[in-house]
Amino acid sequence: MRPHGFWESETSMAVYEDWSTERAAQVISENRHLEGATMPILHALQETFGFVPDPAVPMIAESLNLSRAEVYGVLTFYHDFRREAPGRHVVKLCAAEACQSVGGKALAQYVEEKLGVDMGSTSPDGRVTLEPIYCLGLCACAPSALVDGQLVGRLDRDAIDEIADCFANGKSFGDA
Amino acid sequence: MKSPRIFVPNDATAVACGADRVARKLEAGLLARGITADITRNGSRGLFWLEPLIEVETERGRIGYGPVKPSDIEDLLHAGILHGADHPLCVGLVDEIPYLKKQTRLTFARIGIIDPLSLTDYKAHGGYRGLERAITLGPSATVEEVVESGLRGRGGAGFPTGIKWRTVAAAPADQRYIVCNADEGDSGTFADRLIMEADPFCLIEGMTIAGLAVGATKGYVYSRSEYPLAFVVMEKAIEKAREAGLLGDNILGSGLSFDMEMRMGAGAYVCGEETALLESLEGKRGLVRAKPPLPAHKGLFQKPTVINNLVSLATVPVILDKGGKYYRDFGMGRSRGTMPIQIAGNIKFGGLFETAFGIPLGELVYDIGGGTASGRPVKAVQAGGPLGAYLPTHQFDTPFDYEAFAAKDALIGHGGLVVFDDTADLADMAKFAMEFCAHESCGKCTPCRIGSTRGVETIDKVIAGEKREQNLALLTDLCHTMKLGSLCALGGFTPYPVLSALNHFPEDFGVAPKLPAAAE
Repeated sequence: MRPHGFWESETSMAVYEDWSTERAAQVISENRHLEGATMPILHALQETFGFVPDPAVPMIAESLNLSRAEVYGVLTFYHDFRREAPGRHVVKLCAAEACQSVGGKALAQYVEEKLGVDMGSTSPDGRVTLEPIYCLGLCACAPSALVDGQLVGRLDRDAIDEIADCFANGKSFGDA
Repeated sequence: MKSPRIFVPNDATAVACGADRVARKLEAGLLARGITADITRNGSRGLFWLEPLIEVETERGRIGYGPVKPSDIEDLLHAGILHGADHPLCVGLVDEIPYLKKQTRLTFARIGIIDPLSLTDYKAHGGYRGLERAITLGPSATVEEVVESGLRGRGGAGFPTGIKWRTVAAAPADQRYIVCNADEGDSGTFADRLIMEADPFCLIEGMTIAGLAVGATKGYVYSRSEYPLAFVVMEKAIEKAREAGLLGDNILGSGLSFDMEMRMGAGAYVCGEETALLESLEGKRGLVRAKPPLPAHKGLFQKPTVINNLVSLATVPVILDKGGKYYRDFGMGRSRGTMPIQIAGNIKFGGLFETAFGIPLGELVYDIGGGTASGRPVKAVQAGGPLGAYLPTHQFDTPFDYEAFAAKDALIGHGGLVVFDDTADLADMAKFAMEFCAHESCGKCTPCRIGSTRGVETIDKVIAGEKREQNLALLTDLCHTMKLGSLCALGGFTPYPVLSALNHFPEDFGVAPKLPAAAE
């Protein structure tokens, strides 16, 4: 008996492929037919490799008949696109007003301490990347975060401890 | 005997509060008891403090239990929730909960009630009646129906939707587009997300009607990467609508062609501004365009484009179904119909409250929202997102209405309210508004790009007490320049939170409070 209309939320720790020009070329050609294909291509590359490596820029430019500068401009304009590989775990903590109104700033400090990484950076061992995010639309159950793609509402110190423990044991949050 | 139907919400709020684990636990608990039940993952009713809210269909109606933790399931099953038994988590008949009962749900009539991806459910609750009527009326009468409804852009600018459609319909073109602005980046807002996750066909129907009305055959929904669930649900719904012949060629045998696609933003707040959004859709940096030309004349790929906020488009089906006059009869003044007000932040009963325009702000915060979650006194409410004003409690008699808010130097924006208790430091929040603008500025115009950075520095100096009077004068002047000189609302509206914080809470800036009369 599978509940109907059931779909799981975006899952856990992402596993990315190693960079290869052949695979990148394939991803680009799968999306190049779309109107205004630049953003969908960048998203697809990032989903595949975890980031958009610099060698992808001339490939996109050639495929879409754009200048490298145009593609580079788009890649660097949007906060989501990475040019370097993220940590094995990614924590995005909401920094917007609703989360601030319920102690989000103090909680952010606690997350930094607990995960041993500063906001906006990746830990030296490559375990975790911590980033601010501006609004997950969970403002009525703030503070909130996106932990390895899983939405977390009513975030408190206990939940943060649990997240840190999961990461320390090489597990993904929410697998339990 | 019919197997009992149980609902476990699947919107992002419910999921973020553990609804997936609750559903799994429920499934296992029923299996262990050998009970066959139909677990439907519905959208949320928008009563977020109760999420996850399990509902059980009984002869009396839908009985609710919430907020449910996975560890509560065994106890609930033991108590006999399948028969609507009493339990400490029982909230009774969900339809009778005052928060829900006091609402006028037109746009959000179906959310939380139906399975979001069931076309059968959608149609059983009035879905596609609007499109059928639009097909009967034909394009120009459909546009006029929307004009008559008095619907204004729910994204914040409040421009009459019907007039926009009329302009696009009249613009000569070989191709027109419908673009749905679902880049809901304002803190405190989640109405767009809720429609996408809980009633996606409503948006699809609204966009199809818009396509028919103005002669557009292609639509795009530009949503946010911060809304991963909404994207998945919308993509599935579009696929289902296509399979059912409700998108594509010859829709409902009318000869009408319309198809649509989802597109994802990439974390740039400025792309919620309509022209920056169009640039982004075209595959460029989200730089704001100077107007004119208006998107209605030269929009996406230089073609005439209807670009509407998601809630505006999702309101179109009910307008076409029940008529423009029916919709227009709700509201006050020039604010017609209903508004989904999103109550959030430090609030006891946070959620979505759809009601006719005109309800006083204080009623929303105290009577509906129940005051702060912390139990401390309310200090201020930020209305209309990060670029909206902070309203102090002495302005809580302001009715929820575009013009009434404007008269108080405030905005209703996308209808979000973020409540703060007395521990909030409004000087800090004013500084955050400037920082946010500096972080998110597209960089095209100087007042926004430079003004916001200078704004942060100047507020820092005011807080530190460094030449306070001169720096306050400079800050006020800077705000004036940003307001009048910025190319779009990002730079143009940042002064709202800054100046309202300064005017109403001068003590937070280390400035002696003015007399209440002077602070008005």
